[in-house]
Amino acid sequence: MINNKLLGSDMHLLDMIASMPQVPEGAAINVRKNGEKAVRSITENIDIRTKEDGKGIDIIIKPGTKGEKVYIPVILTESGLKETVANDFIVGNGAEVEIVAGCGICNSGSCGESSHSGVHTFKIGDNCKVKYVEKHYGEGDGQAVMNPSTVIMLGKNSVFDMESSQIRGISSTIRNTVAYLAEDARMNVSERLVTHENQVAKSDMEVFLNGKGSSLQIVSRSVAQDTSSQMFHPKAVGNTACNAHIQCDAIIMDDAAVGSIPEIQANSAEASIIHEAAIGRINNEQLLKLQSLGLSAEEAEAVIIEGFLS
Amino acid sequence: MLIFDSVRYTAPDGETDIIKDLSLEVKDGEILVVTGPNGGGKSTLARLAMGIIKPTAGKITLDGMDITELDITERAKLGVGYAFQAPPRFKGLTVKRLLALAAGDEISDSECCKYLSRVGLCAADYLDRALDATLSGGELKRIEVASLLIRSLKVAIYDEPEAGIDIWSFNMLVNAFSTMGKEKSGSLMIISHQERLIQTADRIAIVAEGKLKDIGTKNEIMPKLSEIFCRECIKTRN
Repeated sequence: MINNKLLGSDMHLLDMIASMPQVPEGAAINVRKNGEKAVRSITENIDIRTKEDGKGIDIIIKPGTKGEKVYIPVILTESGLKETVANDFIVGNGAEVEIVAGCGICNSGSCGESSHSGVHTFKIGDNCKVKYVEKHYGEGDGQAVMNPSTVIMLGKNSVFDMESSQIRGISSTIRNTVAYLAEDARMNVSERLVTHENQVAKSDMEVFLNGKGSSLQIVSRSVAQDTSSQMFHPKAVGNTACNAHIQCDAIIMDDAAVGSIPEIQANSAEASIIHEAAIGRINNEQLLKLQSLGLSAEEAEAVIIEGFLS
Repeated sequence: MLIFDSVRYTAPDGETDIIKDLSLEVKDGEILVVTGPNGGGKSTLARLAMGIIKPTAGKITLDGMDITELDITERAKLGVGYAFQAPPRFKGLTVKRLLALAAGDEISDSECCKYLSRVGLCAADYLDRALDATLSGGELKRIEVASLLIRSLKVAIYDEPEAGIDIWSFNMLVNAFSTMGKEKSGSLMIISHQERLIQTADRIAIVAEGKLKDIGTKNEIMPKLSEIFCRECIKTRN
């Protein structure tokens, strides 16, 4: 039998992925545990409904909603559980909200690989401000696989700030993000990724700047340790007068491998698109500087990585 | 007191002696400016003092303790500080965090402000800024100095603090060194070619061709400086 009741140990996972050491009151919340709804609450302005097929939820945010938060974390604690979930976000015109998602897997390894594939589709109206925070984290001896897909349709003059981070413990991830930006829409993406041991991570991102005056900024920072491997493929397509700036930075350590495939395409002479990518080991002078302040080599390395990922 | 006792440093090629059996003392509370022609071994001496490189022969002692084999971290903990000629930049590491690491503890905004003000920076504008490419060379250099000021050091080593900074930052540095000299809180070893910095010295050491050519008080050495530099220039030209 699936256990979907929240336990004390679950709160640790929820804190790691959604900064919620306890279930907050007065906010719209949907906690999914082991494929089942564990907690749900809604507000006057934010409704959460289970889809008819039971494999996901619709989050409906009323036009003009201001300053509210929505929490929709997912945790998997049963070893060997595999699930695919599709969540749709419908954000009304003028709404200003923060959405906290994220997935935590605790896999003892007793029943093989645990995996979560989430498809999040955002239909964002005009003049909205949406902050979307997504953290992925795994613990336990078993394999943890996460394959998030995110589709964003951003209305006129709306802003979408996306902060996605994979903290530790995810054996394999393939991330897919596609976005379509209307007139004067702005999208800021901050991606942070750490892989270790023999983990594998792949991130594909494609943003179409379709509206005049739309803009995009992607800042991706990653650290690859041990024998892990990472591959980034961000693509910006400028179809009109627009601005896009993509920056991918990676620190490579030990016997890890990192690849970056920049792709930019301008289909208008008024599109301005820049891509920067850098991969390198920790700079020796940085280590020496911190050691000269009294830090050990290991402490210096940790401070450099912490700053880089902040 | 920091003492170099017959220190030799041979380049990794195993053939070129960059420092040749050099002996030198940095006395308690003094400002010792080490000057001399380019390529004479001054910066190597500073790096040897901090432990970034190790001597091929000879001994380095701090207050009587042999620190020759100690690494950078161990020397830092004993109170040796080093300001880099070209301080490295860090993505994401803020000025406040660097100063806290230098102080060895959490540090209040007002404490940070005190030290940043001493190097002429308006603290409120800088505390949360990252030490990355958005800072100019002069700003970075001033923060580097602040990261030494905030520590209680027995010996602070500055490797060409004038390199790569604008005239305004330079004036601030001269003032900061003059103040430190008056406070007599620790010894300063400044590697410099700059006359105004040399003027802040209690004693001046001239290092050329890996050797200590001369050492003495400011009044003794200043008159000889132009003569020595000219001689070195002619030698280089020939």
